[in-house]
Amino acid sequence: MSLSKIKFDKKIVLSFWIILIALIIAAPTLLPVFRLNLLGRYLSLSIVALGVDLIWGYTGLLSLGQGIFFALGGYCAAMYLQITSSSEFPNNIPEFFALYGVEKLPFFWEPFRSPVFTFFAIWIIPALVSGLIGFLVFRNRIKGVYFSILTQASLLVFFNFFNGQQKLINGTNGLKTDVTQIFGQMVGSESMQRLFFWMTAILVIAAWFFAKWVVKGRFGNILIGIRDDEPRVRFTGYNPVIFKTIIFSIAGGLAGISGALYTVQSGIVSPQFMTVPFSIEMVIWVAVGGRGTLLGAILGAVFINYAKSLVSEALPASWMFIQGGLFILVVTALPEGVLGWIQGDGPRNVLQRFGLKRKIETYPSLEVNNKEGNNE
Amino acid sequence: MELLLDSLFNGIAIGSVLLVAALGLAIVFGLMGVINLAHGELMMLGAYTTYVTQLIFKLPILKPFYNSYIIVSIFLAFIVSGVVGILLEKTIIRKLYGSPLETLLATWGVSLILQQFVRSVPLAYGTGLVISLLIGLFLPTTFPSKIKESINFKYFKFSSWIFAALTGVLTGSVISSSVSKLSRASARNVDVTAPSWMRGQVEIIGTAFPKTRLMIIVITLISVIAITLFLNQSAWGMRIRAVTQNRQMSDCLGISTEKVDIITFGIGSGLAGVAGVAVSLLGSVGPNVGGNYIVGCFMVVVLGGVGNLLGTVLASFGIGIMTDLIGAGRLLSIWPDMPLPLSNTINFFATTSMARVMIFALIVIFLQFKPTGLFPQKGRMVEN
Repeated sequence: MSLSKIKFDKKIVLSFWIILIALIIAAPTLLPVFRLNLLGRYLSLSIVALGVDLIWGYTGLLSLGQGIFFALGGYCAAMYLQITSSSEFPNNIPEFFALYGVEKLPFFWEPFRSPVFTFFAIWIIPALVSGLIGFLVFRNRIKGVYFSILTQASLLVFFNFFNGQQKLINGTNGLKTDVTQIFGQMVGSESMQRLFFWMTAILVIAAWFFAKWVVKGRFGNILIGIRDDEPRVRFTGYNPVIFKTIIFSIAGGLAGISGALYTVQSGIVSPQFMTVPFSIEMVIWVAVGGRGTLLGAILGAVFINYAKSLVSEALPASWMFIQGGLFILVVTALPEGVLGWIQGDGPRNVLQRFGLKRKIETYPSLEVNNKEGNNE
Repeated sequence: MELLLDSLFNGIAIGSVLLVAALGLAIVFGLMGVINLAHGELMMLGAYTTYVTQLIFKLPILKPFYNSYIIVSIFLAFIVSGVVGILLEKTIIRKLYGSPLETLLATWGVSLILQQFVRSVPLAYGTGLVISLLIGLFLPTTFPSKIKESINFKYFKFSSWIFAALTGVLTGSVISSSVSKLSRASARNVDVTAPSWMRGQVEIIGTAFPKTRLMIIVITLISVIAITLFLNQSAWGMRIRAVTQNRQMSDCLGISTEKVDIITFGIGSGLAGVAGVAVSLLGSVGPNVGGNYIVGCFMVVVLGGVGNLLGTVLASFGIGIMTDLIGAGRLLSIWPDMPLPLSNTINFFATTSMARVMIFALIVIFLQFKPTGLFPQKGRMVEN
């Protein structure tokens, strides 16, 4: 990959940040509530996209099962909200338990009475689960497409499990959050949603900086090394299993946070978060935005989802065609994604074609070899 | 004993659906290393082909042959899915050999498009489109070699595509005017009714077996035998095996790898179509019917070991029998007075969805011990 990073002036960077922060603060007054809520949701999805970018764009692991960790985070948040606002229901447990004749809170939900535990559970539980799945898979040197298939199979395992367990987690119906209360206010209320929007915006920026920090330095170099040539990394004396497990569980944790934020803003968490298409969509946000560029993942998630809601409102049937076409187009024509294309040689090549920029001549053999290297 | 036989038969019935669905995938994935997530949608096309054939056989001209429509639809489904598969190979997959993850994403895109296509295009015109694809792809290959080698061949090709398009539109409008059910697009599920000779049950050793299930087993058996014979006995089968073992060497020895790729992918896709016929006998057919099978198929291929048909056969029957044992809670009836914790656990998993959970978990555990499946490919490479 020959990404020639564009260097920006300090002043430009500073003004970019000022404008961004101003926009975030002003967004609730600029946008109608419905649009603000959508934007908040899509921003929270960009956190899971960051995770996908870390494991796929930087480490070369294509996971089709990020929905598991996304939903786990969502369930943790939703269950806490349900439990805290269930004081007027029989047995002081969430309402849906009564439907199935459950009288006592299942033991594993007990700790979720505490807000501190929930705060940690939202990201630690998905991180642990993903770490475990990752370790079991990576230990056997299962990789490439086998890894993708196995993550997809685990996604189905979790989906079927959550779908079938009415008594523990309300099965197909999922857990509603918009009528629950937190800090004495309805979660679905306008002021709470505004708060959640700001929270999401701050967390997206925090997650972005965190991801940047992760891929910087030697750790990031090893990740890229694993992506480009894993045996060589192993022969140099590093154990790829550890690095892959760590990055996979980081991505799982990010997915958990993202799922929790998405749940409180969309008002429900259900096994639908664990369907196969949703998890593959996460990959396509990153692919379109530009894998290996963290900003690309964020922008990809927000823009594609916004486009999806706009297109679905206007022409409901056409979105599937557009989405399918996007998959094919990005893979065949824009393998680096939009941001990768801009940062790479894309614009220069276009300008050259129109004769606006001089061609850069090199030795033909060098170009050929470079191409082969990239295709690997 | 009777119970065991029942369980075995049910297991084989579940397994044979899995097998016929996974067979095409095993060939494409095992021999070419291509992950085809659109495989389920190719099955869906096969199932819809059965539906369309059934309706066309209800027309007055073909009414006397109505009972044989299911046999005809097997061949038609093979051709329809095969043609779509070949088009897929020629346009998209060919560009992506050697990068399986990219192929995976692109074929997922294809599967989305196919699903929406079935929803929003009337089936009659869909049939017309497939017919024009068939003519456009194959008519140029039937020209005499003198024309093929001439400089003006591209004009011949072009005109044959125009002819194909016209024929497609014509057949589409003929079908839509004569069969009213096919003239409107709908996202609703459709039902294939089995012909009268396939309804009812057959008694074998005192147990009643539904005839449709037996039919599926027969279809599977024939597909497996045919594909084994093709791969091991025919010249093209030998070329396919040669390319699988060493692509560059085969290329040097004069085998056209391009043609081998097309044939392999076409046959793999065609088998998906045959699987679609089997699936259409089991329940209603909708745009999402393929999605229910695709992950199971991949599990079969991974469990059986890549590039090994015997492994695929054993894995699918194994999964089928296990699904029946766990899903129907049969262990309980075989051993009624087992200790309480054990029987509680078995009851917990004795539903279809929980059985799936258990099976996938077992497969993941199995892969901990044999990461390359039942019958791994032999070799001494660092990376495969």
